[in-house]
Amino acid sequence: MALLDIEGLSVRFQTSSGLFPAVENVDIKVDRGEVWSIVGESGSGKSVAMLATMGLLPWTAEVTAERMLFDGQDLQRLGSRQRRRIVGGEMSMIFQEPMSSLNPCFTVGAQLDEMIKQHRGGTRRERHERALDLLAQVGIPDPARRIRAYPHQLSGGMSQRVMIAMAISCDPRLLIADEPTTALDVTIQAQILELLLRLQEEKGMALILITHDMGVVAETARNVIVQYAGRQVEKQEVRSLFAAPRHPYTEALLSALPERSGDADRLPTIPGVVPGQHDRPTGCLFNPRCRYVTEHCREVAPIPAADDPAHTLCHYPLNDPQAATPPDGLSPRSQQQDDNPEVRP
Amino acid sequence: MLKFVLVKLAQLVPTFIGVTIVAFAFIRLLPGDPILLMAGERGLTPERYAKLQAEYGFDRPLIVQYWDFLKGLLHGDLGNSLVTHSSVVNEFFSRFPATLELSIFALAFAVIIGLPAGVIAAIRRGRTLDHTIVGISLTGYSMPIFWWGLLLIMFFSGTLGWTPVSGRISFMYFIQPVTGFMTIDTLLAGNWDAFLSALHHLILPAIVLGTIPLAVIARQTRSSMLEVLGEDYVRTARAKGLSNFRVIMVHALRNALISVVTVIGLQVGLLLAGAILTETIFSWPGIGKWMIDAISRRDYPSVQGGLVLIAFLVMIVNLLVDVAYGVINPRIRH
Repeated sequence: MALLDIEGLSVRFQTSSGLFPAVENVDIKVDRGEVWSIVGESGSGKSVAMLATMGLLPWTAEVTAERMLFDGQDLQRLGSRQRRRIVGGEMSMIFQEPMSSLNPCFTVGAQLDEMIKQHRGGTRRERHERALDLLAQVGIPDPARRIRAYPHQLSGGMSQRVMIAMAISCDPRLLIADEPTTALDVTIQAQILELLLRLQEEKGMALILITHDMGVVAETARNVIVQYAGRQVEKQEVRSLFAAPRHPYTEALLSALPERSGDADRLPTIPGVVPGQHDRPTGCLFNPRCRYVTEHCREVAPIPAADDPAHTLCHYPLNDPQAATPPDGLSPRSQQQDDNPEVRP
Repeated sequence: MLKFVLVKLAQLVPTFIGVTIVAFAFIRLLPGDPILLMAGERGLTPERYAKLQAEYGFDRPLIVQYWDFLKGLLHGDLGNSLVTHSSVVNEFFSRFPATLELSIFALAFAVIIGLPAGVIAAIRRGRTLDHTIVGISLTGYSMPIFWWGLLLIMFFSGTLGWTPVSGRISFMYFIQPVTGFMTIDTLLAGNWDAFLSALHHLILPAIVLGTIPLAVIARQTRSSMLEVLGEDYVRTARAKGLSNFRVIMVHALRNALISVVTVIGLQVGLLLAGAILTETIFSWPGIGKWMIDAISRRDYPSVQGGLVLIAFLVMIVNLLVDVAYGVINPRIRH
């Protein structure tokens, strides 16, 4: 049984001009101890899908799913009290903006203590010891002093470490990290990612890393979900994704990586933006930006082929020896080169 | 913290000097002459008038009179009332507890009702309950105090006969003033019935005086709660698996209070202004009613002294609010 098993997750927001589908028909299956990454541009619904799983969306959001199980428990059917026992305790989350994610009115210690008290209990002294221990685990120097600090006295990197300490304080089985390094500067980014991976390995917890950075994906995840405009367009093991992307969007994302652009003067970009509420195209949602687009793409929305393990949401998946090559001879680059999926790229 | 308080105190000095000028000048700008008013309908001979003017020092240049007033003020002496001939300071502080008691009850009423109303409106944003609370508080804010007071008296005292019309306590009781607070003095005297009577007399004036602050507090609480509820740290609190109650009452309200406390502090000045009207309506023997009487008799020392004392108290309260602000907002303190 998978730890997190979500099928057909959709989230729609009530707006003044009707319902806006932020996430449509997303499937995620995460086993114990696995590292997954959800990648996509801003507005592709990555965070919304995970916030829906945590039950953190505002009441204007309408969340539906065919299946939403955590460790066999149906998250949709649980009462709010039982769900709160899972959220924070067994499944926890850290966010993009560490500086504003901590409550400015309470000390680091108080905020850690609250979490431990909520899910584990224990005497004040035990909780204090645990909080100190956690701060040390996430690499905060001088925990005895930092535990009395207020959030505004911490740097962004320190704040994110505190958030991580809080998230792992009750030994969750799943940690969701929503762009945990986006707001931090580059040197700190690597440290935080390293810390997350180390903790993931030590504690054997599953990790879902939401990011828009393919570089981060390459360094961290084992499995990748690519999301575009609220839809899952591809799901692959990371090495084969990098070697042989199936969706034109994935391919475009990869070719925008500096490492892959060779010695071109300018990095390749994907023209246009993710469609919003009012400019959703007909047919395939990616068609206005796709370099392989055909008339068929503009008219008919694609569905993944039943025998496609990557669940590619495209009429003409790339890099598939069995499938027909795209029309007009616009065949993309390489064929599959991946023989050893265990080795990270 | 001490430095913070001292700096704030120093900042009060220019304000205070301004207040003395305004208090001194305004009563003298009013038409009417205290000495003619004292004489009443019999009138005065010009010789007698000149003699009295000299006796009270009103014949001297204004700047000299002002200087005298300032000198006295620094010695804690605000002169004697022209009407009662007793010291203004004593007159003021013998009545002040009545006003303070009324204001405390009014503010308590405003906070106890206004704060939860604002929180509830914010949680139920855009729904019927929210619209109801916002509507009622707008009505309360726009209601003229004297009219609102009269309406309540007509309904609760007149039609229903539930509450007394005026005064602090029933004539049946005589309570030796100790603290000046009727509710405390009756309890100190061990007279339970008198305590209930005092409470009875307080209800309507406190509601009338507390209505505008209540509306202001409710609206401020609502808007700052709405702002805070959208903050990332509220989402973090929910992600911790805390109960909705704890998320709202601890994580959100604590932050929302920072601006609400400032607004509550500002209400204190308005309370004293409102007390003047409320005390007049309910014949409440506090400084509001005393000031009105002093103004109508052109009792210069009482008016200027009273104004300066009220201004001083408001400034002290605002200073305390600033200190409280530092206590609830760690970003100010550290």
